[in-house]
Amino acid sequence: MNKLLIKGGRVIDPVNNIDSLFDIYSIGGKIAAVKPAIPTNPPLEKGGREDLNDLTVIDATGLVVCPGFIDMHTHLREPGYEYKETIQTGTMAAAAGGFTSIACMANTDPVNDNASVTRYILKKAQEQGAVNVYPVGAVSKGLKGEALAEIGELKEAGCAAISDDGRPVMNSGFMRLAMEYAKTFNLLVISHCEDTGLSSEGVMNEGWIATKLGLKGIPNCAEDIMAARDIVLSALTNCRLHIAHISTAGSVELVRIAKAKGLNVTAEAAPHHFTLSDEAVIGYNTNAKMSPPLRGKDDIEALRQGLKHGTIDVIATDHAPQALVEKDVEFDKASNGIIGLETALPLSLRLVHDNVLDLSGLIKKMSVNPAMLLGLDAKGTLKVGADADITIIDLNKEWIVNAKELKSKSRNTPFDGWKMKGRVVKTIVAGKVVYEA
Amino acid sequence: MSIKNIIDAKAIERALTRIAHEIIEKNKGLEDIVILGIPTRGVHIAKRLRDILEATEGVHLPVGSVDATLYRDDIGMKQDQPMLKETDIPVSIDNKKIIIIDDVLFTGRTIRAAMNVIMDFGRPANIQLAVLIDRGHRELPIRPDYVGKNVPTSMQEKVKVRLKEIDGADEVVVEAE
Amino acid sequence: MRLKRKDILTIEDLTRDEIELILSTAGSFREVSEREIKKVPTLRGRTIINLFYEASTRTRTSFEIAAKRMSADAINISASSSSVVKGETLKDTAKNLEAMNPDCIVLRHPSSGAPDMLARFVKCPVINAGDGSHEHPSQALLDLLTIKEKLGRIDGLKITIVGDIAHSRVARSNIYGFTKLGAKVNVVAAPTMMPMGIEEMGCTIINRVEDAISVADVIMILRVQLERHKVPLFPSLREYSRLFGLDKEKMERAKKDVVILHPGPINRGVEISPEIADGPYSLILDQVKNGVAVRMALFYLLLGGGRE
Repeated sequence: MNKLLIKGGRVIDPVNNIDSLFDIYSIGGKIAAVKPAIPTNPPLEKGGREDLNDLTVIDATGLVVCPGFIDMHTHLREPGYEYKETIQTGTMAAAAGGFTSIACMANTDPVNDNASVTRYILKKAQEQGAVNVYPVGAVSKGLKGEALAEIGELKEAGCAAISDDGRPVMNSGFMRLAMEYAKTFNLLVISHCEDTGLSSEGVMNEGWIATKLGLKGIPNCAEDIMAARDIVLSALTNCRLHIAHISTAGSVELVRIAKAKGLNVTAEAAPHHFTLSDEAVIGYNTNAKMSPPLRGKDDIEALRQGLKHGTIDVIATDHAPQALVEKDVEFDKASNGIIGLETALPLSLRLVHDNVLDLSGLIKKMSVNPAMLLGLDAKGTLKVGADADITIIDLNKEWIVNAKELKSKSRNTPFDGWKMKGRVVKTIVAGKVVYEA
Repeated sequence: MSIKNIIDAKAIERALTRIAHEIIEKNKGLEDIVILGIPTRGVHIAKRLRDILEATEGVHLPVGSVDATLYRDDIGMKQDQPMLKETDIPVSIDNKKIIIIDDVLFTGRTIRAAMNVIMDFGRPANIQLAVLIDRGHRELPIRPDYVGKNVPTSMQEKVKVRLKEIDGADEVVVEAE
Repeated sequence: MRLKRKDILTIEDLTRDEIELILSTAGSFREVSEREIKKVPTLRGRTIINLFYEASTRTRTSFEIAAKRMSADAINISASSSSVVKGETLKDTAKNLEAMNPDCIVLRHPSSGAPDMLARFVKCPVINAGDGSHEHPSQALLDLLTIKEKLGRIDGLKITIVGDIAHSRVARSNIYGFTKLGAKVNVVAAPTMMPMGIEEMGCTIINRVEDAISVADVIMILRVQLERHKVPLFPSLREYSRLFGLDKEKMERAKKDVVILHPGPINRGVEISPEIADGPYSLILDQVKNGVAVRMALFYLLLGGGRE
């Protein structure tokens, strides 16, 4: 059985209120001990010394050791779009970003709307994946918003949540049906809130920048209205609702109200949405095109406040790989989305540098809360007996993003050339190092 | 930098008067003469010549300008685009005797370009050239019909004609590095 | 002074000095078009490609005539006859054209920002001949030249732009152009055709057409771009014409010496009534004439300077 000893790191385990210089010892992929100064050759209770042949020792002096990050919102693109990303490359990118588990969205080809696709993804992930993969099943067959996907079987096959992400459910009656049905299985419904009648053919945030660039805008209300609708439906059905990639001040406010009323509503924000404004589009940068779009400065501030005050529970990447042929075109013809797994940590650490979150708060949003929402009981914590999924971070390491060197198969990031502070040093899944800087 | 005064206001006036008389003599009067100056200073010299000629002969003479910039042979070779100036040819030039006026004759390339402009406007009977200063160093087979003053120069020197209308005073100077 | 830029993509990028250089150069070029032989040898041996992804008669012809009057070889490529219909991307088209070593590419494209993209892919100058709802710089320059010619100045004038501001690249370029040269620009449109934050570009929104007309020294009428409306932005052409169209009745409120511009093509009887379009205030044909001069000036200033 593999054994791992991480020595001298600053262990942060928000669930157990730990923020101390501890060592962590894991055996067989489970955490066996978290305490100060574990000897490298621990004495056995029955006398003698432990067999050290398969012990890996990591010196984490000066580094932060925390429960592995969990991304609730990744597009792995396999099956169907392997030219953008595969389960192998996507999970390698995840590992490089400190993520030990990721939830992958259903908009593949074929759509993950039945158990056979789920099983395919899980089998591929087991064979080739660097990190744990939790498929998100579709809400509707073919993401068409017309007929329910086989939600029960999706859950049985291993789906951790359901979502029609990327193809918002426009029909409110159908959304109600889906939430009622999902409630049966206590499945989390992740909603991409967008009224397509309002977003219409918009390609960026509505406002002065869009006007100046002559690009059709997407108003905030396209998101707000659907967030409001889904919150109302959550109240009606008592189904767990999670609002994906929240981007507007209005929907943050709606979630805040929903939470104050005690509704079963949570939300996630993506690093690009709390980092970049729609000004990033100037110059027709297609790597600043995504759905929902980069918003205004007031929205960025609302997201940061929402993260600070707990309205937004989770930081999720919305990692959306696109090939060059889909981005190196006219802005209005370019595909939506950016890759985000490998830049999520340093961008989120800016919230810590800016005193929006403390480090423990950040780890809650990137590990503890996603584990809870996806029902991953043995993750998001470093307690004895939990899965030994661990991320080791150098908070002060400065580095420059080079898109060409990223592990993802795609290069569509607006952060190429950005100077970052804070980097993943090692990513450990089930007691094994899967990534080393 | 050294500056050498070549001729003064009086000498310019004398030179233009002499050129005027040579024009009348060579053309046996002023019939069919059209005077075209090359901007900027050539146009002012052309107007002065016109005034002298009209006073002498008591006739009206058409005067205009011909900008050769668009016909230059160095477009796209210099760093800066040359500034465009006015071309104004007030009468039909077919079968007319054209006198091109410029301040300084140097390589001859501007005159070549100016002749091409004129040819695009019509078919003159002949084209003559009058210059205030001929500084030599011709690169094309072009010879002036009327010269105010021949000034031998080196390639490094600059000849500057200053006129009241633009520069506030009449003089010609040679500048050397 | 020299135009120190590779491309003409927007009026937003240009300084006041650059705009004035272009206008004064264009002023000199007007005379060339009045000669019997309307051709100068300036750009002999240069190749200018007019790459048009949208239908256009006026602008394409104007660029073509400008190029030919300067002795450049003008080659017209239109989307319907090119490999665009075979699905070639703009980037690939750019690379292929680049391989033929043109001296300038003039691009008209339905996507905002396409000229910026093309300019990144090719070494030669790119002139934006209208991109989506973004900018149409040569149109604004010819409008400025026309006004300067007729009224003698731009500084201090009050310009009213009426119509489909949201979809108009002409409006955007003209708002920048006129404000940079010291005019005050008012815009008026049905709220469904007024884009968010337009006033950030330096203009003022006036709600009633009548008010906007009465203060104007210059009225610019925009074409209703029905082809860009996904859903109708007004109930009917009849109602639009009655409320926003420039007709005799509305013109009664205008200043006596007001002048009218229209970038064309005109929807007669919609945004402007025939008697106004053909009337004494109209500078529509002066605009067309100045279009050639402005485009000659752009070619001269972009191609007449040194090559790196």
